[in-house]
Amino acid sequence: MSNYPNELHYTKSHEWVKYIEETTVEVGITDYAQKALGDIVFVNLPHIGDSLSIGEAMADVESVKAVSDIFCPVAGVVAEINEELADAPQLLNQDPYGAWIARIGNVEEIEETMTAQEYEEFIAKEA
Amino acid sequence: MKLIFEKSRPGRGSSYLPPCDVPIRQDMPEALKRTEAPELPEVSEIDLVRHHAALLDRVYGVNRGFYPLGSCTMKYNPRINEEIAGLPGFCGIHPLQPEHTVQGCLEVLETAEKLLCEITGMDRMTFQPAAGAQGEFTGLLLIRAYHQARGDVRRTKIIVPDSAHGTNPASAAMAGFTVVSIPSGADGCVDLDQLRAAADDETAGLMLTNPNTLGLFDRNILEITKIIHDAGGLAYYDGANLNAVIGIARPGDMGFDVMHLNLHKTFSTPHGGGGPGSGPVGCRETLAKYLPEPAVERDENSGALRLRKGDPASIGQMKSFYGNFLVVVRALAYVLTLGREGVPEVSRNAVLNANYLLKKLESVYKPACSEPCMHEFVLTIDDIKKETGVSALDFAKFIIDQGIHPPTMYFPLIVHEALMVEPTETESIDTLDEAAEIFMKCYMTAYEDPEAMKKAPATTPVGRLDEVSAARFPKLKF
Amino acid sequence: MGGYIPSSSDERQKMLDQLGMADIGDLFSHIPQEVLLKKPLDLPEGLSELEVRRAMEKIASKNRRFDTIFRGAGSYNHYIPSVVKHIAAKEDYVTAYTPYQAELSQGLLQGIFEYQSMICALTGMDASNASVYDGSAAAAEAALMCRERGRNALIVAGSCDPQTLHVIRTYCSAAGMEVIEAAAKDGRADADAIASAAGAGTAAVYIQQPNFFGLLEDVEKIGAIAHEAGARYIVGVNPISLAVLKTPAECGADIAVGEGQPLGIPLSFGGPYLGFMACKSAMTRKLPGRIVGETLDIHGKRAYVLTLQAREQHIRREKAGSSICSNQALCALTAAVYMSAMGPAGMKDAAVQCMSKAAYAADKITAIPGFKLYFDGPFFHEFVTQGPVASSVVLARLEEQGILGGYPLFGDDSGCILWCVTEMNTREEIDRLAEILKEVAAV
Repeated sequence: MSNYPNELHYTKSHEWVKYIEETTVEVGITDYAQKALGDIVFVNLPHIGDSLSIGEAMADVESVKAVSDIFCPVAGVVAEINEELADAPQLLNQDPYGAWIARIGNVEEIEETMTAQEYEEFIAKEA
Repeated sequence: MKLIFEKSRPGRGSSYLPPCDVPIRQDMPEALKRTEAPELPEVSEIDLVRHHAALLDRVYGVNRGFYPLGSCTMKYNPRINEEIAGLPGFCGIHPLQPEHTVQGCLEVLETAEKLLCEITGMDRMTFQPAAGAQGEFTGLLLIRAYHQARGDVRRTKIIVPDSAHGTNPASAAMAGFTVVSIPSGADGCVDLDQLRAAADDETAGLMLTNPNTLGLFDRNILEITKIIHDAGGLAYYDGANLNAVIGIARPGDMGFDVMHLNLHKTFSTPHGGGGPGSGPVGCRETLAKYLPEPAVERDENSGALRLRKGDPASIGQMKSFYGNFLVVVRALAYVLTLGREGVPEVSRNAVLNANYLLKKLESVYKPACSEPCMHEFVLTIDDIKKETGVSALDFAKFIIDQGIHPPTMYFPLIVHEALMVEPTETESIDTLDEAAEIFMKCYMTAYEDPEAMKKAPATTPVGRLDEVSAARFPKLKF
Repeated sequence: MGGYIPSSSDERQKMLDQLGMADIGDLFSHIPQEVLLKKPLDLPEGLSELEVRRAMEKIASKNRRFDTIFRGAGSYNHYIPSVVKHIAAKEDYVTAYTPYQAELSQGLLQGIFEYQSMICALTGMDASNASVYDGSAAAAEAALMCRERGRNALIVAGSCDPQTLHVIRTYCSAAGMEVIEAAAKDGRADADAIASAAGAGTAAVYIQQPNFFGLLEDVEKIGAIAHEAGARYIVGVNPISLAVLKTPAECGADIAVGEGQPLGIPLSFGGPYLGFMACKSAMTRKLPGRIVGETLDIHGKRAYVLTLQAREQHIRREKAGSSICSNQALCALTAAVYMSAMGPAGMKDAAVQCMSKAAYAADKITAIPGFKLYFDGPFFHEFVTQGPVASSVVLARLEEQGILGGYPLFGDDSGCILWCVTEMNTREEIDRLAEILKEVAAV
């Protein structure tokens, strides 16, 4: 049973978004995503200062046999990256909602997201 | 099993050279001198030979047993070709010798070009690319040069079907193109509507293999190449599957403008555990001026063969010198052996063997496509997995325990739980019958004892490996 | 006619009966008529093994193989111990496929792991891949590895092998990477030229050691210039020379590449050769091509596997850094056997003999009136001389005597020749070489 914390927002490409300040968000991947990816072996993080637009591939996540892009759900500038993931990519599997990938500041726009319940329904349909 | 470093002992080793017969000199600044000897193994020759004998017990080559790897064409590697490639008159030749002293080497390249152009329907060929992927890169650079010469700078896209081998889009990206992936039709072939929609004035070309990666010959091939040509693009043929049609049909006659061959697939040169192969690129006369250099040509006056360099139209050089020459030597010997009658017999028997084996498996296995196959076929284990939990990976590992090399797994990506089987023409009916029995046993075991399959392989020196840790915490040297 | 098809016509008929078909041609009936060949290919008739052997031997006899070779310039005549050829010719090594089924291929995987370890030992680097097509392709791939946001230019020290530069240009132009050639000065890298070209847009600086003219470069100095500009440093090295030269790692290289042909691979008219690539750990995940890693199996046994595959084309497709699929596995294995057979002592001996004999040859040649060294400075086993006669005259005379002389440079009339001397050249051969040059010059 996957879990979907209520306070987060969810995208169709299985990222979660959390507002930590008015124009700063934290982005990660959902429990559904980490399960689908399998054991994650490496995360290619973005660089601080990277300017991103909605839907732009900002990072990617490697498992042994596959690689998946993480798409930026907002328009903004990368303010922080989670360096822990460089040495311990498995954190994404163990704690997908705690192991954030990047914090993006100067957020100007955010794509349309779903609530936890809407995301749960979305996943049920996908499967 | 120990690494050779673990068998190393200080002071051991053999000496193969006589003492230096001139005064010892190492005239160089101290700052450039190596301070510590490299940590290479110190072993006696007998230990070295035994070490490799032990390693060889854990290597499986096609000259040992059946190797039905789809898309790899693991046919018999003839011994005579090894002997010929080892002739001092070939392997002892320095690549920068004066041209009049290497007329034999140049003749190998010229003759191979003639014969392979005839086989493929191309006008010219280069042997410089060292492998199929490098051949693709080269061919795409030819396409790029062609459009640039016409001043057509808008053509930045290469169309690639989603069933294509990964090297296709990767080579296109390396050549500076954007890749447009088109979904295949339900039958695994090119969806003409999708192709028409994608082909426009930004299309530089299309990359295709025919038969495709599902082992099917695309009947619409002439329409496909026409669509690309009408849109102003060029058609690139990935020659990986040539074993299905060699001597029966030619890429040049299908409308392709440029292509690569895999000598280590269709032309019996050995795989060497992952190389060296050779990926010659053939093309129409219109693209010939862009071919990489140095190129072989014959002097009109003297009749001697020589190397042409310095043509500004050439795309450049893919690697030093002329290509994997000794691999071309092997391929030439093979083609001379086959000859006019032998070449079509290759594809006829490759296709016969594949269809025969498929027929024996059809009662329980589900092919990915309903049509008769060509030289290879793809099975999908998806239904079996849903019913038993046993995956294509488990099948492959269990097959290892049965004594043959497994087929290709999980390719093409558009088929779920795929197993791709290519027997090739050099297998006997007995081998095919035995293989069919093994496949049937796998099927039974999946239903009767799925756990046994999940634990496989059980007869190999090591069991399944922790690939996750290998990728998370790479240990890449001793 | 051969073809290696084991089925007899009876067996083929049996298979066709199973398929409910009358003729093999029926299997091709779905192929459009317009595409099918209507007549046999215009190829010669097939030959028996005896005939093929004769035909190919005849072609080989049109080549002239030299017993005495003084030419290098990217392809080197070294002694290959018999054990190297013997092991590299073993049927399972030769006819195996890529070891994707790791449990079945531990021998091959371990062999390549050992090769990677030896390349790291030689270069001082942290990680090596399983090889690429050749040294020039390795240099080009290394350049592509160094691309970064805002850094898209490669500076090449013009003292490198011109073929390597040509290959780098071919790869880089396709990738939209700028290549700046910093012309050589007195046969060596021009530090000032490189320093002024290097800046915020420089991805990397490439230099060859020893360089194309055989000269030893001040590798550390150029490395410092590269790093000062925030660029990476790629050093192309000769593996034999590394037995006596400071490692590229110690000289500040981020990536070491080179041509591995000197490690037990015959001259082969240029191929197949061996491109090695090794790097510092920070760049490991950017290495192209196959890489073997160590791991454990489910029983806790040490084992080897192709790893970091998510870098590669079969997974990343168009997002892969390189399209390379294969490696030069058998060549890499050959090199590993060579390095094991020679060991550190043997490699050092070969390198020292090369240097000593080259120094001896240089002295003997420059003692001849009219001959001088074209460039100043220490060299490894190659050096350029300038003589009083057109190079073609010198080389023709040597050829008459069964000697492949050095490689002519800078135009025939310049009289410049790039000589290479290895452990294969005896003192007598070198003395004979000098005698002949003396005769030629005296005319």
